[in-house]
Amino acid sequence: MAVGIDLGKPTSQHLLEVRDLTTRFYTEDGVVHAVNGISYTLDEGETLGVVGESGCGKSVHALSMMRLIPIPPGKIEKGEVIFKGRDLLKLSEEEMRHIRGAEIAMIFQDPMTSLNPVLTIGFQITESLQLHQGMDKAQSRERALELLDMVGIPEAALRLDDYPHQFSGGMRQRAMIAMGLSCNPSILIADEPTTALDVTIQAQIVDLVKRLQDKLGMTVIWITHDLGVVAGMADRVNVMYAGSIIETGPVKYIYGDPHHPYTLGLLGSLPNPEGSMGVRLYSIPGEPPDLVGMPKGCPFAPRCTFKVERCLHEMPMLEEIEPGHLAACWEKDRVRRV
Amino acid sequence: MTNETKQTLVIDEEQFLPRREMSNLERWLGTDTYRALRGMVTNPTSIVGLVLLGLFLFIALAAPILAPPISSNPYQIPRDGYGSVPKPPGTLWNSRQPELPFWWKPIMGTDQWVHIMGTASGQWDIYYGVVWGTRTALQVGLLITFVGAAVGITIGAVSAYYGGWLDMVLMRITDIFMAFPFMLAAMTLSAVLTPVLGKGLFPPMIALMAFGWTGFARLLRSDILSVREREYVLAAQVIGVKDARILFRHILPNAIFPTLVLGSMRIGSYVITFAGLSFLGIGAEVGYADWGQLLSFARAWMTNLGEYWYIVIFPGVALVLFTLSWNLVGDALRDVLDPRMQGSR
Ligand SMILES: Nc1ncnc2c1ncn2[C@@H]1O[C@H](COP(=O)(O)OP(=O)(O)OP(=O)(O)O)[C@@H](O)[C@H]1O
Ligand SMILES: [Mg+2]
Repeated sequence: MAVGIDLGKPTSQHLLEVRDLTTRFYTEDGVVHAVNGISYTLDEGETLGVVGESGCGKSVHALSMMRLIPIPPGKIEKGEVIFKGRDLLKLSEEEMRHIRGAEIAMIFQDPMTSLNPVLTIGFQITESLQLHQGMDKAQSRERALELLDMVGIPEAALRLDDYPHQFSGGMRQRAMIAMGLSCNPSILIADEPTTALDVTIQAQIVDLVKRLQDKLGMTVIWITHDLGVVAGMADRVNVMYAGSIIETGPVKYIYGDPHHPYTLGLLGSLPNPEGSMGVRLYSIPGEPPDLVGMPKGCPFAPRCTFKVERCLHEMPMLEEIEPGHLAACWEKDRVRRV
Repeated sequence: MTNETKQTLVIDEEQFLPRREMSNLERWLGTDTYRALRGMVTNPTSIVGLVLLGLFLFIALAAPILAPPISSNPYQIPRDGYGSVPKPPGTLWNSRQPELPFWWKPIMGTDQWVHIMGTASGQWDIYYGVVWGTRTALQVGLLITFVGAAVGITIGAVSAYYGGWLDMVLMRITDIFMAFPFMLAAMTLSAVLTPVLGKGLFPPMIALMAFGWTGFARLLRSDILSVREREYVLAAQVIGVKDARILFRHILPNAIFPTLVLGSMRIGSYVITFAGLSFLGIGAEVGYADWGQLLSFARAWMTNLGEYWYIVIFPGVALVLFTLSWNLVGDALRDVLDPRMQGSR
């Protein structure tokens, strides 16, 4: 009203701002600390890569933003997800439904299982259009044709009444992308959309999303465990480990000057582009921690070659290395790419 | 360089699945239904089942022609006197002969109507009982299954969908209903209902419905729970589809098939159980066209079945074939639906 900043109201000049998002699963085996207080911002048109090994909370973080984790056993403990100035975690279920698909879309890893086998491709694409844009059947079919065409499915008019099993894996993922983009969402979350596809088709899908992003000006969150995939497309990268962001920064710093041993490890597991003959495949020894009963100290310490006494007792926080580039490691000054 | 990469658009590298030519019938029915139907008419088991079922349907529909009713109530079996000793097939009608069906004379060349399947004690005509009993069997079987399945599907769907305490309560209720031995429970309930509703088909039917829904509820609930975990359900949630619509349009069509198979299998067994109740005297009034009732006429002649075989054989065979036909159809349904589901997962 009069003076000062109303701190109770979430405001953000970013398209999306995640603050201290924390999600747990209360299972019979104990409390799974799936996402542990992650924060980041995302601006319009940006591409964010979210990278980490299997089970580090990448999907749960995305589903928490969409409020689609199963409750129970899941629970979003705290945090804010401010999208266009509104905290998604405080919206009613009805308001949230109008965000999903219309404002934030999501595509999944396995196009074989993420299309409903008993519904036609056309039905599945038009559903969202009828839902969010109030189109009738004819209009939505028209638009679905455009979309299928746009994602590169030939003879779209004939394909609309096909069932998913009549499509190949790559085509299904294209159809999924068409579904995701149908209502011109501001944000597209792609959860490992290429993992289940073979390499050449992976490249095509990545390329397709890049082209569409240029064309439609979307913001993309690209989740993957493969740093190589995001190298060519992301502006910034969040490296996740055990439910936390352990390093974040512009893509060139993450690749050129990583300061967390885990990021280093992930990079080491990439085929070395220089050594033309000796393609070095190096994977991080040890297992990611089980997220039940998190250890005190740095979760990566048991697998870390840089660890010192302090790492076992004290959890490091994200600290700035250069503007926009942060890492959570006590020994970050020693960590260098070789 | 950038221009070059932009121009090679990405479509052609991937070999797209060639588009299969579809017949008009397939296009009209949808691929899945078409496949299931084609499976049904090419699978030998199901052909036998369907032919038998067709035969029963024909008999039920043609009952007024096959056995012209004698009174305003066609389900009342006509009787030829009151003698207690059954008469064998081929015995002439003595008294109160019903109207002769038009096909009898051209085929047999006589005006004389006979007891085609003999008479039971009390001179009830077995042929009339078997023919009109087919209608009763279909009505009873379909109605019990329909209501039982509807109740079970509703409870199973609500239970799986809402989960939590409601699921707990509904499933414990289901457990309680399942804890009773089916036949005994149905018998007791219909015996209790008979004085209230009067003797007739309703008390045993209601009793069978009351205890018959549990299997459907359990099965559908577990199938919904497993389908709910599939990624395409999440994909529907992600585009903001309403929960109720997700249940009906996205989950149920994937979860309902085993329940439909169960339904078709159950029709036969409900008719058997219903006949069992009739046999025990709970159910249709005396003289109502019902296979179980006909079988009960044989009770006094158990020891002489060598002589009076026809009281048991005709309604018995009808009952067995009827049950068999539904089981074969159900079996075949499961066979044609299963590979389809696997192929499209
Ligand atoms: N419904 C659930 N119930 C209990 N635990 C869950 C559930 N969903 C996820 N988790 C746990 O949360 C953690 C994070 O899982 P998440 O799916 O986010 O991993 P991810 O980084 O996406 O891995 P992947 O690369 O394999 O997809 C895992 O330890 C997982 O076991
Ligand atoms: Mg995942």
